[in-house]
Amino acid sequence: MLFFSYFKDLVGQEVTVELKNDLAIRGTLHSVDQYLNIKLENTKVVDQDKYPHMLSVRNCFIRGSVVRYVQLPKDGVDVDLLHDAARREARGG
Amino acid sequence: MSWAAPDDIFFSTSLAAYLDKKLLVLLRDGRKLMGLLRSFDQFANAVLEEAYERVIVGNLYCDIPLGLYIIRGENVVLIGELDVEKEELPAQMIQVPEAEIKRAQKAEKEEMLLKGTMRKRMEFLDLD
Repeated sequence: MLFFSYFKDLVGQEVTVELKNDLAIRGTLHSVDQYLNIKLENTKVVDQDKYPHMLSVRNCFIRGSVVRYVQLPKDGVDVDLLHDAARREARGG
Repeated sequence: MSWAAPDDIFFSTSLAAYLDKKLLVLLRDGRKLMGLLRSFDQFANAVLEEAYERVIVGNLYCDIPLGLYIIRGENVVLIGELDVEKEELPAQMIQVPEAEIKRAQKAEKEEMLLKGTMRKRMEFLDLD
């Protein structure tokens, strides 16, 4: 639940999602769900030449199970807030 | 599960916004399927109508028709909405018939295998 809530607060920010198949996609976080499936808008593939089939894709749905990393801008995270939330969650919240 | 209100599809992560649209579906085995999304569920299982597989080898590509497909959600990597106003592929790519792309695929696979064995032979040198 923690990361679902965390990502909900990040909606509207630009993120780069790196998938387990090494594909990396930059885009605006449109929505997220309980499985951490992600919808991105205005997408641009990092290393576009390697993935020609993605040329005209502007919005996409990414299944949560295939995400390796979600890269965020450094200032996009309130680390202290996240820290507290994690502590609360660990305590059994 | 409550039914989505007409406007909900624009704010949530459901695939409802993609219904009846032409999509690109990337599968875990690297295949690229394209077609019209007709149905989906909570596992991202999907029904694709007029589906075809776009096989790309270097600058060559081929669309192999598949018909009506049900995709099991666990194999889905990404579902992309294609912008109809943009070119689907870079201009330099050439469409070729199925037989030719299969030959190109085989050649690429053999090249990869060869690279693999050569690398294995060089491993003892510890060059990295």
